[in-house]
This record gives sequence, C-alpha cells and structure tokens, in this order.
Amino acid sequence: MSIFVNENTKVIVQGLTGGQGKYHGLRNRDYGTNVVAGVTPGKGGQDVEGIPIFDSVADAVAATGADASFVAVPPKAAPAAILEAAAAGVSFVVCITEGIPAQDEARVFNTLLADYPKTRLLGPNCPGIISPGKCNIGITAGEIALPPSAEGPNVGIVSRSGTLTYQALYELKQKGIGVSTCVGIGGDPVPGTNFIDCLSEFQADPDTHAIIMIGEIGGSAEEEAADFIKANVTKPMSAYIAGVTAPAGKKMGHAGAIVSGGKGTAQGKMDALAEAGVKIGLNPTEAGELMAEIVANLS
Amino acid sequence: MDLFEYQGKQYFARFDIPVSPGDKADTVEEALAAADAAGYPVVVKAQVQVGGRGKAGGIKLADNADEVRTHAGNILGMDIKGHVVKRLWVEHASDIEDEYYASFTLDRAAKKHLLMLSAQGGVEIEAVAESDPDAIVKLHIDPVIGLDAATARQAAVDAKIPEKALDGTADILVKLYRCFSEGDCDLAEINPLILKPTGEVHALDAKVTLDANALFRHPEWAEYAETEELDERERLAKTHDLQYIGLDGTVGIIANGAGLAMSTLDVVNQVGGSAANFLDIGGGANADVMAAALEVINFDQNVSSIFINIFGGITRGEEVAKGIVEALGRVDLRAPIVIRLDGTNAEEGRQILADAGIPESKLRSEPTMLDAARAAVALAKN
Repeated sequence: MSIFVNENTKVIVQGLTGGQGKYHGLRNRDYGTNVVAGVTPGKGGQDVEGIPIFDSVADAVAATGADASFVAVPPKAAPAAILEAAAAGVSFVVCITEGIPAQDEARVFNTLLADYPKTRLLGPNCPGIISPGKCNIGITAGEIALPPSAEGPNVGIVSRSGTLTYQALYELKQKGIGVSTCVGIGGDPVPGTNFIDCLSEFQADPDTHAIIMIGEIGGSAEEEAADFIKANVTKPMSAYIAGVTAPAGKKMGHAGAIVSGGKGTAQGKMDALAEAGVKIGLNPTEAGELMAEIVANLS
Repeated sequence: MDLFEYQGKQYFARFDIPVSPGDKADTVEEALAAADAAGYPVVVKAQVQVGGRGKAGGIKLADNADEVRTHAGNILGMDIKGHVVKRLWVEHASDIEDEYYASFTLDRAAKKHLLMLSAQGGVEIEAVAESDPDAIVKLHIDPVIGLDAATARQAAVDAKIPEKALDGTADILVKLYRCFSEGDCDLAEINPLILKPTGEVHALDAKVTLDANALFRHPEWAEYAETEELDERERLAKTHDLQYIGLDGTVGIIANGAGLAMSTLDVVNQVGGSAANFLDIGGGANADVMAAALEVINFDQNVSSIFINIFGGITRGEEVAKGIVEALGRVDLRAPIVIRLDGTNAEEGRQILADAGIPESKLRSEPTMLDAARAAVALAKN
C-alpha cells in the first residue's frame, strides 16, 4: 500500500499549458501516473500531447472523475487555484509553487479547514509525492526512487526540504531499500500537510515498516513530531535535520527556515527526536546508513 | 525584509496608526530641519537594525537646536554593535504616562495569527515572558475571520490595560492587525505603545518585518529594498535575484534547494572546512542563473574553492552543466570547482562537462556529497 495516493489516483494538472506544468506534468505521466486532464482558463478544448485541457477544475473533474490535482501555477494565482480544486471536490491537492506570501498561505489553510475539510493540501513550495511504481505527482525525478518490494521491509519518507527528499530517495536506492511513499511537505511557514499527518499515515500503513524524516531549522514542527512519535509511532525511524551551521536571524532560503530568539535550532530538534527514540544522522548519508541498519534488523 | 524604525513608522502611518510627528535625517542640518518641523522637545534616534540603541547612547532627548546639533553629530557615524549609524529619526518627544506592548505574528504551530499584548511595555518582551508570563495575553486570530474592535478591546481588558487607555489601544490593535495582514508583515510590533497624559495612545516605536514573497503586490516596498542592510557580496547577489547569504569561510557553496544548501554547509563543516556563503539557485535554475551564481562566488575574495552540489528535480542536470561551461567562458574563476551532480538528467549533465574539455585543475566531479565536500575542503586548504 501507500499513503495519500496509489495506482488508481487520477490527476489533473492546473497549469499544464505553462512551462513547469507541462514539463513536470508530462514527466509524471511518463512515469505512469494517471494524468487525466489539464486546467487552464481560456484554453479549454485544447490538448497537451493528448491530455485534454479544461477551462475549470470543475469541468475537468466532471469529465474525468479526477481525485487529485497538481498545482503548477505562479504565486499570484496559486491560492485561488488551490481553493478552486477544493471547491470542485478534489480530495488531494499538491502545490509546488514557491514564493506564495505567508498571509495567503495562512488564509488558504484556514479556508480549507473551515470550508473544505475533505481536501488535503500538500505544500506549497514542496516537491510533491511519489509512491514508487504507482504514482508520482510533482517534480521528483521518478528514476531515483526504488519501488517497494512485496516482502518488505519498505521505508516511508517525509521531508520538509525538496532536494533533501531526493537525496533520501537516492541514498535508499543505493542501498537497495524500497520506498512505500515519499512525501515532501515543503519548507514554507504554513504547510497544508505536516510531519504528524504523514507519520500517522505511515504508522497505519501495513506496507511501511520504517520511516525516515528530514527536517530543517525554524519553527517547531520537528519538536511537535517528536512528541507525536513518542506517543504514537512504534515503527523504527531515522532522521536528519539540516542547518546545524546556519547563523541565527538569517533566513536560509526557505521562508520557514530561520533560527530566531534561540528557537528552532537544529540541535534542539535533534535532541527532541533522539529522545523520542529516533536515530539521528548528522548528514543525509548517515541517516540513510542508519536506516539501512534498521532495515537489516527488520528483515 | 526588516524595516528601520522610521520606515516602520511610515508604514504604520499608511494604516492610520498614530505615531509621533518626525522625519529622517542623514546630516546634522537635516536633523535641525526635522526638529523644527516636529516641534521641540525632540528625540534624536539612531536608525540601526539592532537592539540596545538606547543603552549605547543612540537615543537622546534635545530641548533646543544646540542639543540637536550635539546629539546628531555624536550619533551619526556611531558604531552600535557593529552597525554604523548613517541615518537618524528625529521626532517630537512624547510625554509618557504608561507603556504597553503589542505585536502580531504568525503562529506556525497553530497556523493562525497571534496577538501578543501586555500592560508591561518598554522592556524586552522576552524578559516579561520569562519573569511574568501571565502578564502577556496571547490571542489566536483566524486569518479568514480577522480581528474586530470588540475582540481587540476584550484582549486589552484581559491584558489589564487601564480603563482610560482601552479604547485607544483597541483602535490601534485593529489598525495594527490590518497593517500586519493586508500589509503582508511577518511581524508588526509596537514596543512601547504609550499612553499620553492627554489620554491618547500611540506607537512610540515600530518593528516591522515584511514578507519578501509579497513584493509583487507592494510596489511601494521598492524604497525599502534600497536601504536593506547587505554586504557587497549580498548586494551583487541581489542584482542577480539569487538567494545568497554571506558567511566567513573559504568554500564557496552553490546548491539547488534551500535544504540541500543548508546541508552542504553542514557537511563542509563536518569534514573540517567552513562555508563562505549560503547560495540556493532554486528550482528551474538555467545556464544564466548558474553563471550569475559563479560570478557572485568569484567576487568573494575569501573563496579558495567552490563546491557545486546539485540534485536535480526541477533543476535539470544538463542546464547546470551548460551554465558552468558558459560561466567558465564568461568569468575568470580564481578558485577550482568541485561538483556533485545527481537527479534529473544528471547523466547528460556529466557528459556535457566531460565533453567541454575543462582541465581537472579547474573542475572535477565527485560521486557523493561527502566526497565532494572533502575534495572542496582539501582544495580550500591548499
């Protein structure tokens, strides 16, 4: 099994006629994802390499029965695009857009919470989700992910950072370890899906046997995850936290990655996770090696 | 983007938040003119983005022109914790009966806006939080619903703001909330919020951090960008629209993705080196972006080796490789490059680099992040 998506997930791409949307939407299709439609207002009736384009998400859903959307539109348009997908009944929305104002993110998050509780948003500013061999929504290069094996053990990945997500997939592939699902939750201040949402799903997923978590400086999401792990997660875990050497008060690229007032340091997060029984690697490779040891003990 | 106090006050004024009349001044003459316009007595305040200005002698009261001349002359050019004062804010001095604290931020854990309000103002709010946490009222606000006057007034009551200051405080809270939400602030803080003997409440200080992601809908922010406190390297990086932070080490870093860039800094540190910078070339970086990144790194005289760490997602390996080849044609790099390239189209990228015939003394490839870090650190030490 996998979490959030599977081989039956039907995906529309909002922004399929744009540069990034087309490139990654088609790559997702080539990977084997059911990309059933694209949405671009004013371009309904056209097609992108055989994928029909609709004027609205509602039209696309009515025609195709899509249940997931990949939002690949610029920051100005992304909040409305996410809410349009939710209003059309799409239950899983992946938004890769980088640079959405934090105020818009907070409004979108709370609007979804109040008006569209059945819609889960992944992102924004995230690499997306891949269930290797089944479904890939977003910008992950599919070939770096090893599909899960029927006999296991398989690993689930959850990460706040895009490129470190790929790094984790790559480390596991080098070691021949299959991945059940890999979720990039994104590095913005108000992610639609957080560590705890993913950990909870992985804990319940019978085909996930161990979990890797990649965090970074800023905020308290890793500390909250540590509390959750202590109380609820019985599957073995390894983790890596980026930003040990990041100076305080400087935003390290991601809008969410900043150490301020002595809070949100990598050390604090590593300590909290270690206390919850998670094995901590000091770099992505080490987290991968720790996971290889965990997996060896499981088999 | 952090604003100076005078910019914060000007920003507050856009949202009708009462501030003292005043003006900025870069010279003693301008300070005198500002004092005349504001009306004596005045306060002369150093404009630096660091706490503890008052203790350092950067805030002085002046009753007349002679005192303005003396204080302005002393404060301009003063070094406050490494920040040299280039600009003053001169405003009419306020009579203060009482001091409060008010701020709005985003509570990332709760995913709601957070009002913090206290009847104990004028001191570090962190100190109040330590010594007397109950003195701070914390109120979560749903960003979709916002903050109305009645809720703001109740918060003021809960914070034990005195009766005569309640209406004025509630009014400012509603305006400050608008400034925070519509004005796209990460932080909007007033400390102290003062009560004057006349019963008026107003903002005696302003601490505003703007969300750079919202620049597209705030053309008026352009002037703030010009005064941003950046070093020369950061200024050059900014002209190229690069996510760059200058550091003190010798290994220049270029990575795609903030997480990977941070991790690259960490790994360089773990193998005994030190990074000269943080530089995230982001998703979809093409040849032009890579060339610009190398130009910025090359500008830093401390850089002895360059570590390019790319894991392709949106960023495509062949684009990165083309960028490096092109940049080596455009910029005469002083330092050798060590590159680690993986992910989307990495094979094609490695092939382009191999075919370009660049000597190994200028560019070498390493298979893993750790190997590349070790190689870059070794080169930096030679």
